[in-house]
Amino acid sequence: MSDEAEIPTNQIGKSHRKVDAMERMRGITRYTDDIKLPGMLHAKIKRSPHPHARIVSIDASKALAHPGVHGVITGKDLATPYGIIPWTPDETALAVEKALHVGDGVACVAAVDEDTAIEALDLIEVEYDVLEPLYDPETSLERRDNQINPYARTGNLSKKVLLEFGDVDDVLDKSDIVIEADYFFEGTTHAAIEPHCAVAHVEPNGLLTVWSATQVSHYLHRELAKVLAVPANRIRVIQPPLGGAFGGKSEPFDLEFCVAKLALMTRRPVKLLYTREEVFYSHRGRHPMKMKYRTGFNKDGKITGVDATTFLDGGAYSSFGLVTTYYSGQLLCAPYGFDAYRFHSRRAYTNKPACGPKRGHGSVQPRFALECQIDKAAETLGLDPIQMRLRNDIGSNAVTVNEFRVGSNGFSECLRRVQDSSDWSRKRQDLPYGRGVGVAGSTYISGTNYPIYPNDMPQAAVQITLDRSGRARVFSGANDIGQGSNTMLAVITGNELGLPLDDIRVLSADTDLCPVDLGAYSSRITLMVGNACVEAAAKLRRLVTEAVGKRWEVSRKRVTLADGMAIDREDPERNVPLADAFQWAEADNGLLGATGSYNTPKDRHGEYRGGTIGASPAYSFTAHVAEVEVDPLTGVVDVKTIWVAHDCGRALSRKIVEGQMEGSAYMGFAEAIMEQHIVDPDHNGVHPGPSLLDYRIPTFLDTPDLEAIIVESPDAQGPYGAKEAGEGPLHPSIPAIANAIYDAVGVRMDALPFTPPRVLAALQARAERERAGELSPHKPDTDGARRIA
Amino acid sequence: MLRLPRFGVQSPETLDDAVTALAQPGARIVAGGTDILPNLKHRLDQPPMLVSLARVTSLREVKEEDGALRIGAGVTLTDIAEHARVQALFPSLAYAASIVASPLIRNMGTLGGNVNLDTRCRYVNQTHFWRSAIGGCLKSEGDVCHVVPKGRICVAAMSSDLVPVLSSLDASIVNVGPEGRREMPLLDYYGADGTKHTKRLDAEVTSEVRIPIPSGATRARYAKWTVRDSIDFPLVSVALRFSLASDSVHAEVTDIAVVAGVLGSKPRKLTRLEDAIGRKLSDPTVAHTVAERAYAQCKPLENVPYEAPYRRQMIRVHTQRAIEAIIDAG
Repeated sequence: MSDEAEIPTNQIGKSHRKVDAMERMRGITRYTDDIKLPGMLHAKIKRSPHPHARIVSIDASKALAHPGVHGVITGKDLATPYGIIPWTPDETALAVEKALHVGDGVACVAAVDEDTAIEALDLIEVEYDVLEPLYDPETSLERRDNQINPYARTGNLSKKVLLEFGDVDDVLDKSDIVIEADYFFEGTTHAAIEPHCAVAHVEPNGLLTVWSATQVSHYLHRELAKVLAVPANRIRVIQPPLGGAFGGKSEPFDLEFCVAKLALMTRRPVKLLYTREEVFYSHRGRHPMKMKYRTGFNKDGKITGVDATTFLDGGAYSSFGLVTTYYSGQLLCAPYGFDAYRFHSRRAYTNKPACGPKRGHGSVQPRFALECQIDKAAETLGLDPIQMRLRNDIGSNAVTVNEFRVGSNGFSECLRRVQDSSDWSRKRQDLPYGRGVGVAGSTYISGTNYPIYPNDMPQAAVQITLDRSGRARVFSGANDIGQGSNTMLAVITGNELGLPLDDIRVLSADTDLCPVDLGAYSSRITLMVGNACVEAAAKLRRLVTEAVGKRWEVSRKRVTLADGMAIDREDPERNVPLADAFQWAEADNGLLGATGSYNTPKDRHGEYRGGTIGASPAYSFTAHVAEVEVDPLTGVVDVKTIWVAHDCGRALSRKIVEGQMEGSAYMGFAEAIMEQHIVDPDHNGVHPGPSLLDYRIPTFLDTPDLEAIIVESPDAQGPYGAKEAGEGPLHPSIPAIANAIYDAVGVRMDALPFTPPRVLAALQARAERERAGELSPHKPDTDGARRIA
Repeated sequence: MLRLPRFGVQSPETLDDAVTALAQPGARIVAGGTDILPNLKHRLDQPPMLVSLARVTSLREVKEEDGALRIGAGVTLTDIAEHARVQALFPSLAYAASIVASPLIRNMGTLGGNVNLDTRCRYVNQTHFWRSAIGGCLKSEGDVCHVVPKGRICVAAMSSDLVPVLSSLDASIVNVGPEGRREMPLLDYYGADGTKHTKRLDAEVTSEVRIPIPSGATRARYAKWTVRDSIDFPLVSVALRFSLASDSVHAEVTDIAVVAGVLGSKPRKLTRLEDAIGRKLSDPTVAHTVAERAYAQCKPLENVPYEAPYRRQMIRVHTQRAIEAIIDAG
């Protein structure tokens, strides 16, 4: 990317305070809900109390007549179906024909305040024809007589992918051992602290502005235009600072269309803030997956082939489901190389809140299955699980069985680092009954070649301008969702131009001001937007060093930009402040501005249908070791420490990378031990606890020690070699904990979450088998941990 | 965010004025607000008036008097947990108060609020919309019980951490109302109907809890299990108190009180513990006997999360471990 032989090192690899950290810590950040506009109305959505019902009629006349109510809309007012994936537009902002889960929106009221809007909701009369709900994905696939989603094309089948690479059956037949098991990954949700919120405002000239807590402002822009039938050039979408997203805000939601429509109707600003309960109904969290895995191994531990059959419980709408269904198979083919692979994934509609992308989209579940399979094989073959994984590492510059091109690969180093840091070998040997360590590995994408809607334009673009006071303005469509993308842009710009971060203003995610970026998903921003930013900043660096060189009568290559100055490399005493250098460059060139853009290389994937989905310019790698203590009398799993080694290519900003690694490991741990996003089939399909009291995520007190170990294996595709760090480090937490539980007490937890009742039941089942002489005791009870009586 | 319903607030400065204010139809007490305000957001009640006890300073005293420790109903849980005399005389109480919910809630929540904590159920403590999806229940807008099919009495769970402990310490509760002051053993204060699980009249204010100071040696402990180490209500809750012939865990047990919470709507005091009396506390058969009695007599229901059979097993485990911990502490 750089035209200099020497790549600047002003900022790369340092620890930075996030550019927005002080505002957030001081409580002065203005989130979407902090927006208050004159005359603003407040909107609330009436939701279905039935899991599956045809809407016979809606009478809103009493609500409209209620004092303080300015507008009521129903499904008919926003009847155009949409969907984040252009091929599966199967939802409407409000239900038109049918409500498909408890909490599905059917009408929306705008009133002078929230209380009035809530009162008006009760005055809307909805007559329902209640239909039989379906909750189990396999059952719903069989029930062609009861189609849940009216826009679905094939009954309750949302997506099917069957891909085979090599002759799996033959390879498994010839393998020394085949491990076969069923796994279940429970649904989980994002639980971002900030609930979804949107505000809409219409200018007198008709321009519509929507502020939304979204991580995909560009897609929201497109879908608003489509559903509202307003040209995109009459709509502005702004993403204010977010209070967390994790994938839960990566597609349009009912509230954004509702506030926009009501603002257009009433000509007053309209705000809608979800309750926590509504966040659970909007969901789009991790898909429950039932997975059957057959994995072949040779005696030396080499994986020969994988045969996976997966049912995805999609909930009521497609969301990203087409991609999820591909990801459930496509992302499994590294870090381990194997010769044959088949996956058959089917995503079913059910009468539940729709599932979608959650951090580690689509691949956390199959990763759990495969890493447990490897652990079982290691035990059967008498191999050390880390050694076995090292033996299977696909390595750098490799091609996976599904024809993805892997560039840099630091997986083996990740394994060795967690092995050393955790004192693995001693602990595997010495830990008594009740305590254990487990390992798991994974890979993840740094963005995907698949751009959601097909087009030949760049996936990412950045525009930078410099001003006479010695500052840079960076314009980017990228959504900073807390992962630090605004800081990443400041770090890269500062690195190229020698500016301190305080002199860089990043303006992001405003469709009027910023070039298009596709959004914060699939861990694409650091690599894609980062590359675009390097390109733009390097162009400006050249203009500035040329202008300075000209005045010093030296080659521009002698001029370096660092510490807020332009400096003569050969005579560092000769220097000027950057403000002066920028003025010289502006005198020579006119206003200083440059753009950079990035598109994915087209030679990184296979030429088969779906081959671009999940193919990435660069792959990150992760290894975890988890240490647990299992209470054999209660089944409580206490995760003591997780060592997280992650190959992020190059850490552009170390603290942020470490934060992402710790946050990911925390989130995986939470899913392993506690989380369950489910509905209760015995009680009309309600979510059993749509609140943060009942939907339990760990507190600080419950969280294990997390040791982040950065591994750097620079990739030619990434900016300065950088790859992703925000999602990959989640994956191994869950299987590492499962494998550690086995090491501790000898029970295989193949279904999530590992709650105390389930672990205890598994311990009791094992004890039965030990009593019957089918199993010998798992390992010495030197600590005196009491076994089940 | 969930909205509170509209209501008035009165802030009397004396107990008498509070009692007078409570005579208004539908008036409800608010002290720390940590129980009633979430319940109002869930529209479990819509009182026209809240009578705040924030200015009734007489409720915030802790006194030793007549062989008892008297703790005012307005004393916060944080203050109980940190009070030197509570820690010295009743360590199980100080401990229980220190693990209620979270620090912020303990700073606001009061003793009076905790002993009058409304019963809780997975089918009740939800939004009005949520309950409408299942048609409500005995404790809300319906006439069925989702925990005990065909049940006619609400079995929402008594979920206070302090009630089992105070009951195990033979505490009594003092309520003041229009008819004057009445004191009763705390255990007698609770009934089996989860919709109205205390004997407090609407116009009464709990003024204090009195705990007799034991004349002899005792050992006491509170065992709580829940999923997280902060915020959660108890899922297993057992308070134990042993009176001893002398101040040693190797001394003979002269009396035992074991009280469990989070079963139905009232705390359950174990019976038939005589076998353990007369033995040394450190005799393993004591722990075993008490744990087995706890298992036999405590039958958790599906009114709170986590499977009832599992919680029943855990009552035995945690009871046994609590006694072992007492012995280990010496």
